[in-house]
Amino acid sequence: MAEENLVEIRGLHFARGEHVVLDGIDLHVPRGAVVAVMGASGGGKTTLLNLVAGSLQGQRGQVLVAGKDTTSLTRAELYRLRQQMGMLFQHSALFTDLSAFENVAFPLRRHFRLPESLLQKLVLMKLEAVGLRGAAQLMPAELSGGMARRVALARAVIMDPLLILYDEPFTGLDPISVGIIASLIRRLNDALGASSILVSHDVKETFAIADYGYILGGGKVIAEGSPDALRSSKSPMAQQFLQGSPEGPVPFHYPAATTFAQDLGLQVNK
Amino acid sequence: MNEFFIPRLGHVVWESVPRLGAATRLLLGGLGAVGNRHFSFRQWLREVYGLGVLSLALMIVAALFTGMVLGFQGYYALVRFGATSALGTLIALSLLRELGPVLTALLFAGRAGSALTAEIGSMKATEQLAAMEMMAVNPLAWVVAPRLWGGIFAVPILCVIFDLVGIFGGYLVSVPVLGVDGGTFWAQMQSNVTLSGDILNGLLKALCFGLIVTWIAVWQGFSAKPTAEGVGAATTRSVVMASLAVLGLDFILTALLF
Repeated sequence: MAEENLVEIRGLHFARGEHVVLDGIDLHVPRGAVVAVMGASGGGKTTLLNLVAGSLQGQRGQVLVAGKDTTSLTRAELYRLRQQMGMLFQHSALFTDLSAFENVAFPLRRHFRLPESLLQKLVLMKLEAVGLRGAAQLMPAELSGGMARRVALARAVIMDPLLILYDEPFTGLDPISVGIIASLIRRLNDALGASSILVSHDVKETFAIADYGYILGGGKVIAEGSPDALRSSKSPMAQQFLQGSPEGPVPFHYPAATTFAQDLGLQVNK
Repeated sequence: MNEFFIPRLGHVVWESVPRLGAATRLLLGGLGAVGNRHFSFRQWLREVYGLGVLSLALMIVAALFTGMVLGFQGYYALVRFGATSALGTLIALSLLRELGPVLTALLFAGRAGSALTAEIGSMKATEQLAAMEMMAVNPLAWVVAPRLWGGIFAVPILCVIFDLVGIFGGYLVSVPVLGVDGGTFWAQMQSNVTLSGDILNGLLKALCFGLIVTWIAVWQGFSAKPTAEGVGAATTRSVVMASLAVLGLDFILTALLF
C-alpha cells in the first residue's frame, strides 16, 4: 500500500498556540495522481503543503513522502528529499535579480555541475513546455502574472521531481492564464510521471484536472473522493464551499465576545 | 514604579534571549557556510561590489569633508600653543584611530546595511527564501554567507580609503589654505603614526564594525515580518541598532586597545 502512495499523512495534528489548524488529518497521494486539497481561505491548506515539504513540523501524526517521515529527517536528509520535490508558490517566488532562464536554471546550477550546453538544453526544454522559450531572457519584472507563474512552474519541474506541490496556482490570474496553468499542471504531471498536490479554492479548474480531492473544514477532512463524488457529497460544509454559498455552517460573521446590540450600546451587558 | 519596571524588564530580557540566540546561530551558520557546496565565490564578489565598491563615492566625499573640517578645527586648537606643525599628526591620528573606522561603519550601515536588510526582507516577503529552501539550497550559504563575508571584507578596505582621502582633505586645508609647511605636515605624521599602534588598531576596529553592522543588517532582514510595513520597520531598526552598536563597540575597543 505504501508503495502505491507517494505521500501518506496519518493523524496529522498542527496547532499555532491555542489555534488548532489541522486536527487529525489523514490523506494519501497515489503515485501518478493529481490530488486536490480544497477548502476556505485560512483553512490550513497551505500549512498542510508546508508540512508535506517539511518546512513545518506537526505536533502529532506522520507525514510520509516516498516512505520517509519528514518529521524525523535531519536537515541534510530533508534537503535530499526536497531534490525530488518541486513547489509552485502562490506568488511565483521568482528571484527578482535573475532572468527567467536563470531562475529555471537555478536548481540545476546549485546541485549539479553540468556542461553549459546541456544545462541550456534542459532549461529551454522546460521553458518550451510552458510556452515561454521566447521569454527566457526577460527579467521577472518584465513578465505578466501568468507568465511569471509559468516560469515558476518550469523551475518547479526542472529537476524532474517525484512530487509537485502547488500552492494556489490560479490566484490572481486571468481566465486564459488559469486555463493554461491548469492544463500545464495535468500535462506536466503525466509527462514526468510525477504526483501532484494541488492546493486551491478554485473549484471548477481544480475539478477539471484532479483525480481525487479532499475538502478541509475546521481543521478536519470534511469530504474526500473523486471530483464527481465530492460534487454529490452530503456534507453541508462541503456543499457550502462547492456552491460558494454565504449561507451555511461556515459562518459569515467572525465570532465576537459581545452582541452587535451590546457594541452599539442598545443592550445592557449582563 | 518598580512593580511595573521590573516585570517589564524581565519580559524584555525573556523575549530577547531567544532572539539573540537565533541571531548568533545565523551569524555562526553564515560564517561557517563558506565550506558549504552552495557557497559561491562569484556571489561573494558580487556582494563586495554591491556593498563596497558602490559605497566608494559616498565614503570619498564624506572623508574629504571630514579631513578638511579636521584641518580647520585642529589648526584652531593648535595655533594657540604654537604647535601647528603637529596638525598633520592630529589629523592622521584622529582619522586612523577613531573617525575613519567609526564614520566608515556608520555610513556603511546607512547605505549598505539598510539595503541588505531591505533586500533580504523583501526576499522573505516574496517567498524567495522559502523557494530556495524548497529547492534544497541553504539560504545560509547562498544568501547570508556571501553578504556577511562581503561586509567583513569591504568595511576595512573602505576604512583605509576613508583614512587616505581624509588625510588628503586635511592636507588641502592645512597646507595650501592655512599655510602650514607641507614638509612639516608629512614629516610629523610619518614620525608619530605607528603601524601597530595606530593603523592596525583602526583596521581591527573596522573589521569588528564590518562584522557587527553586516550581522545586524542580515539578521534584521531575516527576522523581518513578511509585509511591506515589516520590511520598512526592519530597515529602520537595522540602521539604528547598527549605529548604536558601532558606537558602543567603539567605546569597548578603544578602552581595550588604549
